[in-house]
Amino acid sequence: MSAHADTHAHDDDHGHHHKETFVTKYIFSMDHKMIAKQYLVTGTIMGVIGVLMSMMFRMQIAWPEEPNVLFEALLGKWAPDGVMDADIYLALVTIHGTIMVFFVLTAGLSGTFSNLLIPLQIGARDMASGFLNMVSYWLFFLSSVIMIISLFVEAGPAAAGWTIYPPLSALPMAQGGSGMGMTLWLVSMAIFIASSLLGSLNYVVTVLNLRTKGMSMTRLPLTIWAFFVTAIIGIVSFPVLLSAALLLIMDRSFGTSFFLSDIFIQGEVLHYQGGSPVLFEHLFWFLGHPEVYIVILPAMGLVSEIMASNSRKPIFGYRAMIVSILAIAFLSTIVWGHHMFISGMNPFLGSVFTFTTLLIAIPSAVKAFNWITTLWKGNLQMNPAMLFSIGFVSTFITGGLTGIILGDSALDINVHDTYFVVAHFHLVMGISALYGMFAGIYHWFPKMYGRMLNKNLGYIHFWLTAVCAYGVFFPMHFIGMAGLPRRYYTNSNFPLFDDLANVNVIITIFALVGGVVQIVYLYNFFSSIFFGKKATQNPWKATTLEWTTPVEHIHGNWPGEIPHVYRWAYDYSKPGYDVDFVPQNVPFKEGEVALHH
Amino acid sequence: MTTLLTIIVLVFILIAIWQMVKIFDLAQAKTENSQVATDKDNTLNGYLMMGFLAFIYIITIVCVVKWGDLPLLSNAASEHGATIDNLMIISLVLIFFVQTITQFLLHYFAFKYKGEKGKQAFFFADNNKLEMIWTIIPVIVLAGLIIYGLNTWISITSIDESEDPLVVELYAQQFNWKARYSGADNTLGKANVRLIDIDRANILGLDEADPNAQDDIITTELHLPVGQPVLFKMRSQDVLHSAYMPHFRAQMNCVPGMITQFGFTPTKTTAEMRQTAEIQEKVARINDIRVENSKPLVAKGEEPLERYEFDYLLICNKICGKSHYNMQMKIVVETQEEYDAWIAEQKEFKNSLIN
Repeated sequence: MSAHADTHAHDDDHGHHHKETFVTKYIFSMDHKMIAKQYLVTGTIMGVIGVLMSMMFRMQIAWPEEPNVLFEALLGKWAPDGVMDADIYLALVTIHGTIMVFFVLTAGLSGTFSNLLIPLQIGARDMASGFLNMVSYWLFFLSSVIMIISLFVEAGPAAAGWTIYPPLSALPMAQGGSGMGMTLWLVSMAIFIASSLLGSLNYVVTVLNLRTKGMSMTRLPLTIWAFFVTAIIGIVSFPVLLSAALLLIMDRSFGTSFFLSDIFIQGEVLHYQGGSPVLFEHLFWFLGHPEVYIVILPAMGLVSEIMASNSRKPIFGYRAMIVSILAIAFLSTIVWGHHMFISGMNPFLGSVFTFTTLLIAIPSAVKAFNWITTLWKGNLQMNPAMLFSIGFVSTFITGGLTGIILGDSALDINVHDTYFVVAHFHLVMGISALYGMFAGIYHWFPKMYGRMLNKNLGYIHFWLTAVCAYGVFFPMHFIGMAGLPRRYYTNSNFPLFDDLANVNVIITIFALVGGVVQIVYLYNFFSSIFFGKKATQNPWKATTLEWTTPVEHIHGNWPGEIPHVYRWAYDYSKPGYDVDFVPQNVPFKEGEVALHH
Repeated sequence: MTTLLTIIVLVFILIAIWQMVKIFDLAQAKTENSQVATDKDNTLNGYLMMGFLAFIYIITIVCVVKWGDLPLLSNAASEHGATIDNLMIISLVLIFFVQTITQFLLHYFAFKYKGEKGKQAFFFADNNKLEMIWTIIPVIVLAGLIIYGLNTWISITSIDESEDPLVVELYAQQFNWKARYSGADNTLGKANVRLIDIDRANILGLDEADPNAQDDIITTELHLPVGQPVLFKMRSQDVLHSAYMPHFRAQMNCVPGMITQFGFTPTKTTAEMRQTAEIQEKVARINDIRVENSKPLVAKGEEPLERYEFDYLLICNKICGKSHYNMQMKIVVETQEEYDAWIAEQKEFKNSLIN
């Protein structure tokens, strides 16, 4: 073991003795378990804001320009007499997207579970650098605060869509939200990226260096593989978004022309010359596309783990799962152009990106079939985490299949930027990743808080959410195919779309119910922290190392020596054993065949 | 009012949930409650999985039956549009097929293998043959789709200049469209937003010295002769816009600082399109809705909504600011004679300038 790990072991001997203050334990904590909880709670709060926003703009779409007491109460001057303003509508759409993609599904999901599970599942006392880990969280917190502050600026928050394409995002005269609101958005995202990079570097180093004895890479649980590869994608692609953001800041504040050229607006010609908005699109989507895998891969990892454990069966095709994660990660960096088929780039590039994009369907299909086969002839324990995992596979398939249409440049021409796209990506990376996150929370809550979540509330939460998710996003494909563009404040200027208005009402009702149902989860989560049933050490009878640690959190995770690992993570229902699971730290019996490793 | 009702309904749903939880908890009061799924939970949720499968199928059928009669899927008004529609229908059939089967397997397995105490799961970790099967089948299917898709894409995007297309500029600005016809020489004059001179009514920034610009014609409606290939050159003066012409299966972004292009051949005049069964049905449906929506307006003493008549539209489909939702231009496809008569009435650039 490295010298580094030894220091940790040394810390541990004394860890119980020296008193931690409230501040070092709960606020500026360097303990990965506490940081994971901090990520989760911050992500949850951001999630509530993001979902509330979506409920508001869904009401506007269903009942356009109707006075609404909620708008009056929540939007203030942006809803004179309760009628939502068109600018704030775009702002709500923009900030909803930003918050959900980055703050909830990147930081809230990957931040929580990478921090919680990497050290616990690989058998390490903590992250490679506890200090950087703490800095990473606090940068994330700071960026969240700045994003929230941006909601309150005079001219309104950023409203150019979460993709912030210039020139709309670059010119305050083009849109109110492109003034101070956009500045704060960019600052917030720059800090967010710094936080994400620190986190990712830490995850990669920890996985590579701090695995316990016997924990070879091919014995790692799939969760760790997913977090590890996700971190690598983040390191490769987030800096490109950072550079795009910095160049945009230069264009906005220092008069450069990276993305702007030949602009005449509000009666005057601007000085910008020679830049190209298409360049921004390339830079943005070079992160933006891998970003959807940064969101979905951790969810895939969590789901693989939970499915195996609750099926009481090994995950089917462990090696194929790893290979497909790697294939998806590689392909994810060479498909960004499928967001830009009609951006004006060379049509030949469109052909190349169609080809690479449709290739991603292959590893995705392998994963989906492997999950389904994992269920086959299992002994399925229908815990809430398992339901969300099955729900994940369901929405991942439904949403993923329509990717075949959008990835095909010829078909994209007519559905690009319609509600078809909104339906597709919400199912495949929004709802699916959210399900993965919920599955993870239900499964590892006992590890985080030492108590159990109420399962009946969990069942109600899942079933109502599942029905609402399909109710919202399935019909949405059809209004998209009918040509309805996204990001329209109201469709009432187009009689052509009048017959879609009732579909929008149905979608909104499902969305509102789906949003309100999350209160069940929030209640369950916060009340169980204090009043939940006390957890046992290994409530789900799982094989991985985190369940060998004591229920009460201690610094350094294991009171004595770190357990050694003798087998892979999926010896469930192995023939020759009386129990239906064999933890990774149990040595082989005499004559036992390593069916796998 | 609707909102208030919605809120009340939501509150009732919450109360209902609360009551359901209480019932669940009371029902389990006697049994040992570890918050881990019991056989009873497994059975209940197993059946719910089958119920959910039925729900997915039902919502699919309802959507296809109620909203699947998409004029936008089967009634293209351009030459290449029919190819796109074919490819779209093939892709959709394939998707629905795979969706139906995989969702069945997923939910049926979840039901069939629901856990019971004492049951042993089957230790099945690996099977290379199976992995090969579900790698190779998608490879073959996707190869077919890719080849078909790329062929379509290439034929749409490669513009055949030898066909002598009508060259038209689509000019986007917050929040309206202009069209510029190239005139008798079929060559657009040079233009740049730096040359815009509002006082002289040079609103698109044409180069007044360029001889090609003299006969250019700027209009606020887009008229196209049927059967004539058109090559659109897109420009934007301020932010990104997207020229979306859904009935022609055509879309291209308008980018400040560069000229983008898209070409197609309209195949149905506006009058012909209005006569197609799909459009007549859609228009009738829309007018029923508009009559219904007019009732409260009339009761308040306001004007009822106008009757809807079908027209092709050019609409903006890239977020461009506050009035993005109302950036449209009417497109009229007509016979060559009608078009010639219309264009003859329009003012040429050199005559539209204010000196």
